Amino acid sequence: MRAIERYGLRLRRRRFRIRAWRKSRALDLVVDRTSLIRRGQILCFVTLRNERARLPWFLDYYRRLGVSHFLLVDNDSRDGSREYLMDQRDCSVWVTDASYKRSRFGMDWMNRLLSRYGHGHWCLTVDPDEFLVYPFCDARPLPALTDWLDASSIKAFGTMLLDMYPKGPLAEATCAEGEDPFETACWFDSGNYTISRNWQFGNLWIQGGPRARAFFADRPDLAPALNKIPLVKWHRRYAYASSTHMLLPRGLNLVFDEWGGEKATGVLLHAKFLDSFGRKADEELSRRQHYAASREYEAYAGAGSPDFWNRFSERYRDWRQLEILGLISKGNWA
Amino acid sequence: MSSLGFVMLCHTALNRAAQVARYWAERDCPVVVHVDARARAAEVEAMRAELSDLWNVRFCRRYACEWGRWSLVAATQAASEMLLREFASVRHVYLASGSCLPLRPVEELRDWLDARPRTDFIESVTTEEVDWTTGGLAEERFHLRFPFSWKRHRWLFDKSVEWQRRLGLSRAVPDGVSPHLGSQWWCLTRQTLSAILQDPRRAEFDRYFRDVWIPDESYFQTLARRYGAQIESRTLTLSKFDFQGKPHVFYDDHLDLLRRSDCFVARKAWPGADALYDAFLSAPPGAPRVAEPQPDRIDRVFARATERRTRGRAGLYMAGRFPNPDWENGKSAAPYTVCHGLDAVFEEFPDWLSRQTGNRVHGHLFDPERADFADEAEVFAGAVSDSAALRDYNPDRFLTNLVWNTRGERLVFQFGPADRQEVTEFAVTDPNAAFWVVTGAWAIPLHRQNRDFAELRRRAALLQKVEAQFLERLHSVQTRAVTHIWSLGEFLDQPMEHLQTLIDHIAGPAAPRLAEAPRMAEIEGLRGFVQALKNQGMNPVLVGELPNPDPAPRPPARTRPYLVR
Repeated sequence: MRAIERYGLRLRRRRFRIRAWRKSRALDLVVDRTSLIRRGQILCFVTLRNERARLPWFLDYYRRLGVSHFLLVDNDSRDGSREYLMDQRDCSVWVTDASYKRSRFGMDWMNRLLSRYGHGHWCLTVDPDEFLVYPFCDARPLPALTDWLDASSIKAFGTMLLDMYPKGPLAEATCAEGEDPFETACWFDSGNYTISRNWQFGNLWIQGGPRARAFFADRPDLAPALNKIPLVKWHRRYAYASSTHMLLPRGLNLVFDEWGGEKATGVLLHAKFLDSFGRKADEELSRRQHYAASREYEAYAGAGSPDFWNRFSERYRDWRQLEILGLISKGNWA
Repeated sequence: MSSLGFVMLCHTALNRAAQVARYWAERDCPVVVHVDARARAAEVEAMRAELSDLWNVRFCRRYACEWGRWSLVAATQAASEMLLREFASVRHVYLASGSCLPLRPVEELRDWLDARPRTDFIESVTTEEVDWTTGGLAEERFHLRFPFSWKRHRWLFDKSVEWQRRLGLSRAVPDGVSPHLGSQWWCLTRQTLSAILQDPRRAEFDRYFRDVWIPDESYFQTLARRYGAQIESRTLTLSKFDFQGKPHVFYDDHLDLLRRSDCFVARKAWPGADALYDAFLSAPPGAPRVAEPQPDRIDRVFARATERRTRGRAGLYMAGRFPNPDWENGKSAAPYTVCHGLDAVFEEFPDWLSRQTGNRVHGHLFDPERADFADEAEVFAGAVSDSAALRDYNPDRFLTNLVWNTRGERLVFQFGPADRQEVTEFAVTDPNAAFWVVTGAWAIPLHRQNRDFAELRRRAALLQKVEAQFLERLHSVQTRAVTHIWSLGEFLDQPMEHLQTLIDHIAGPAAPRLAEAPRMAEIEGLRGFVQALKNQGMNPVLVGELPNPDPAPRPPARTRPYLVR
């Protein structure tokens, strides 16, 4: 990469950060418990809207893994999400009714909170329907992973978004509040992912899975990206460039090995495909606040109540199964 | 009074270090603790308070420690001197770190050492014999100077090494010293250790080692050779290093592995590994065992980790492994077979081949319409879709995914000039690929089509052109795939011999002789068709010389297809 291109990326990163600062003026801090954050703690950054039913399980999942504090942006929820979060002792909450789309799908808000509170911490930036699974996660909490990453001088931990789905039509897959969504949505595609490299940012571009198969079989190039880098030892100069798919500076995107070896990676289990999905697609379609003119949701809305299941679907057991299938890797963490 | 004393070098997680120090001290083993001068004051105070009730725990003078530098040796010297001075009964001194974890009751270690009262346990090998130094500085550690910190001033460190090499600078090793290297964790007898610490030439040696790179791996290891009466070159501390030379960390899930190792002490345990600390520090005193340490038992697990990190799983493309072209260590996961043109020569060839070999055989996976999986399936292993658009979006990954998803059985599929050709570039350079090619076989289905001859001629020209390009790739110097190529003419000469080689290749050397012959496609009139193409100016060279005599015109009564015997 030529020096001028590198400089261009540097300018871009600065623009992201200025933009994040500008957009963050629309955020109102309603509960500030950030004074409870201690050195070395793992922080979780979330943007959400109308996720009340999901939140208890979400928060518990990451508390159990070892997240110490949650910093959440509530984008105009009407279902009591905000009130619920305000009562949690490890949550700091910002609210805004500004446009999700015009804040680069929440990333401007996240970048601002990350640079303000995340500096020097391991920061996990996820959606409320994304659940991190990494090698040994049943026996080793998140701080074990981040200590190991620190000792190995690794600053970012790569994952793939793994779409989970139920057997049968989505409309019949219910998940009550506080329940494990993966009791119902326990199936996934194990080996139909295509990968290519984005040379400009240096990251991988992963597509495929049930969504590509069911909704984008005629336009695979439009299928959603599944590569994510949610866990980063944050520095105030860093910025997410596009969702959590890629970061700047670009060296952070090198979460994979180029010479044949494997680096330790995980997955984000994606609990999106449940009965709530149809309602959400309808609503989001009318708001038109999602990525690329809501193309994803349009494809979904046309599909009625899809059934992703087929006889080659894998039933989720644990991280060891994902390791054997080649979806995650232990790298040299043993 | 105990014959075994511990020196502990502590940097972080002092609460865990205190726990271990207490464990040893309460079992009558004196402990001298060195705490890194950079450790936080509050933590150090807490540690002192925690251990204040133990008469046989001492804290020595604190040095600011930095990995790879002299300060670690200075700290060890200070602590060892204190231990030897204040605990006269100590015969063996065990150097441990704050993140060490005793795996067997310390009484067993003491008994084991009592049975070997004169032996020093210190890994100590000459520089020519070590294979574990990372970074390439084995010999040069002793001959260059290292004034800059590798951790903090990497650039200066590298430059200073580079310039010393360029200028040919080299310094002499002191007389009577032959450089040895080894693990920094040792267990020395009072005699040997005191001889090192009280040597009249110690100032000279210290001055020399001050500028050696990573002296904690060479100072005691080298000097022990001067005085040690009986050296066993091994360390009693179980410690594993990864491919970057960084110690592996033990977690709760290693509990069984560590128990089975029979080692006395392990390094290093993750401070949060509650189950490990609980299990090993509260072990009820059972009947002491006299087992020998077996560190090799653990080796396999960690060797696999290095292998995975450096070479990875062949043929896997995922979020953590995306090799640059030609660096794959295997472009695909397993051998696979491409049958080119054979299904044009024989009818229902995939089914027949599948019956003969017991292996699943697919149709044309790269058909422009859809991927023709065996049994007409719409999805296949790994939930790979039959959509042509999804496949053509990234044909290489489509292929490597299928091979990965069907590890354990051989992927066999049909191919031909009417298929999408993009994948061939990847496949011909893959040593796992085997191509069984009959060129010009496209003429067989073509000659039976009820279409205008001009149209057939154009079609034949197109297929031959595509096939010629494919053959060019197969013949390229970059080709790594196994190839068997016949023209249609050659193949028809001895079809069963050629087919038997394919069966042997797929089903292995134990393959049965052909039990059932495949039905050959209708080739009556093929010679005429080929001649007609030639007459019209399209030379089907890839068909080759068709065998003579032409299959005799069949008696009119016979309607069943021709059977090869």
